[in-house]
Amino acid sequence: MAEMKVISPNAPAGARLLNWVDNRFPLSQLYNDHLGQYYAPKNLNFFYVFGALSILVLAIQIITGIFLVMHYKPDAALAFGSVEYIMRDVPWGWLIRYMHSTGASAFFIVVYMHMFRGLIYGSYRKPRELVWIFGCAIFLCLMAEAFMGYLLPWGQMSYWGAQVIVNLFAAVPFVGPDLALLIRGDYVVGDATLNRFFSFHVIAVPLVLLGLVVAHIIALHEVGSNNPDGVEIKATKGADGNPLDGIPFHPFYTVHDIFAASMFFMVFTAIIFFAPEFGGYFLEYNNFIPADPLKTPLHIAPVWYFTPYYSMLRAITDEMMLVLIACVWGGALVAVLRGKLAVLFKIVILGAAVVVTAMMLSTDAKFWGVVVMGGAVVILFFLPWLDNSAVKSIRYRPSWHLYVYAVFVVNFVVLAYLGVQPPSAIGERISQVGTLYYFGFFLLMPWWSSMGDTKPVPSRVNFAPH
Amino acid sequence: MSATPVDTHAVDSSKRTWIITSTCAGAVGAAAVAVPFISTFQPSERAKAAGAAVEVDLADIKPGEKKTVEWRGKPVWIVRRTAEQLAALTGLSGALADPESKRKPSELTPAYARNEGRSIKPEFFVAVGICTHLGCSPSDKFQVGAQASLPDDWKGGFLCPCHGSTFDMAGRVFKNKPAPDNLEVPPHMYLSDSKLLIGEDKKA
Repeated sequence: MAEMKVISPNAPAGARLLNWVDNRFPLSQLYNDHLGQYYAPKNLNFFYVFGALSILVLAIQIITGIFLVMHYKPDAALAFGSVEYIMRDVPWGWLIRYMHSTGASAFFIVVYMHMFRGLIYGSYRKPRELVWIFGCAIFLCLMAEAFMGYLLPWGQMSYWGAQVIVNLFAAVPFVGPDLALLIRGDYVVGDATLNRFFSFHVIAVPLVLLGLVVAHIIALHEVGSNNPDGVEIKATKGADGNPLDGIPFHPFYTVHDIFAASMFFMVFTAIIFFAPEFGGYFLEYNNFIPADPLKTPLHIAPVWYFTPYYSMLRAITDEMMLVLIACVWGGALVAVLRGKLAVLFKIVILGAAVVVTAMMLSTDAKFWGVVVMGGAVVILFFLPWLDNSAVKSIRYRPSWHLYVYAVFVVNFVVLAYLGVQPPSAIGERISQVGTLYYFGFFLLMPWWSSMGDTKPVPSRVNFAPH
Repeated sequence: MSATPVDTHAVDSSKRTWIITSTCAGAVGAAAVAVPFISTFQPSERAKAAGAAVEVDLADIKPGEKKTVEWRGKPVWIVRRTAEQLAALTGLSGALADPESKRKPSELTPAYARNEGRSIKPEFFVAVGICTHLGCSPSDKFQVGAQASLPDDWKGGFLCPCHGSTFDMAGRVFKNKPAPDNLEVPPHMYLSDSKLLIGEDKKA
């Protein structure tokens, strides 16, 4: 135990109380480590508000969620009615429900922006690999949370969306059908499924999510924030031992973040009050029809934030499998012909290519669609080890890298757009090309990221006081 | 960063052994306790019991119409096919993934339905209306000819709205579509000319 700190008996009551607490709980130390004396780079820009905003949206979701649970009934016979009851009969229930449903889309908007920021400024690079990995795990939790929450209103889209995603697991060879049965708890999506999704949505996943958020922030504050220049500010410290390019988080960035929160709330409340369904993108029209297990709506699509991955799922047809097999062989042959590897290792690679090809031919394209969709998220975890560029930030990379990233973003948006459209032959082709680009971006990153001439990185950040 | 010296402290191997042993014993206990928790995810006895056979009256289905009944929580279709629709089934083989219902016959196509129309009587086609891709219920596309999401030489059948798989009037899947298999034909038998029982057949 640390020694008791003694404070003058003449000190103000507040100071004496704080001293009393500090002797029993590291309150001042926690405050200083994470806010008061946490040195963040001075040159953080607009893109750096989205981390704080995602905490804000998390708080909105938890608070509104607590109040929704007070009126919602997790029962296949009552669920749809209880949501309508919240919307019509519970005083101000509509507001709380719209805050929660709009909050779900807002969460993905801020998180996608937050991830994009990390991508272009190399925030996942050493020593921030764990910050990135915790973040990817948060993203996965968020997807699970959104998916299970979407079943709860028990509308047509809730029902058939869940039916499709649970059936994805049935595509796994051998254990698939039993796995899907274990997830549903019934032979079709039903009351048992609704109840367990409710349990996961309101308690299990949020607990994991909160733990991961804490881990994400602790890891970040251990290594310090990256910045748009990708310069390590800890490398240049002043006489007081603090980074010269850093500034205490509070009040400089708390004020920035409060301003961003105000802007966010203006947009957020405008959507809640004037366009809570957001043209069918935030709340789909078919979800205002109660779930009917006998009739699939004519057009079903997931909510917008899942559609890029959904497009990749739809892109995997038998024809696409031939292209993927060609990619496997292309990769294997390049490794064998060009790689500086031992002969034994080359034989292993060729053997693996034969095995993978056999698996790809013997299992349905449907299963590989699921693998591609899952892989599109899982591949993010490996980003810190895929990027071989000599510099972190896009600012000092070869100019053409900017186009690679720009095409990646446009490609992601196009995939998202195609995912909300009904299936079509031309859409299928475009999403197949888009899928190849998405995976090529990551899998070929070890090569393309090291190509070209980087620009000299300054030793200090670019910052001009106003 | 300065290098941290490696701890050369001697290991008390007898303590280490007991720690490993008790940790393993604890892990086995935890795994055993996890079994009942995971088991609660299985379908309950009530869900298992709700699988009785369903009787359907065929008299009120006009030619070219479809009736949907619920069996084990799934939609089951009874389609009364017209002569033109039956005639269109021949000659599609080249475009179909599994025209003779050879794949997974024990799950998808009972022996008595392993023919071109995949039915006992050619007129009445019975199938579980759930796409073999990801479980959506395909929509009726009985109208012949070019239309949205369908090829121009469409001869009637079903279109899955989720991922665009197409099936002919015998529930046979077209090639190069996400759905791997034909629609499932459930066990069924005729009780009389106008009464059909879904969920049981003579073999059972």
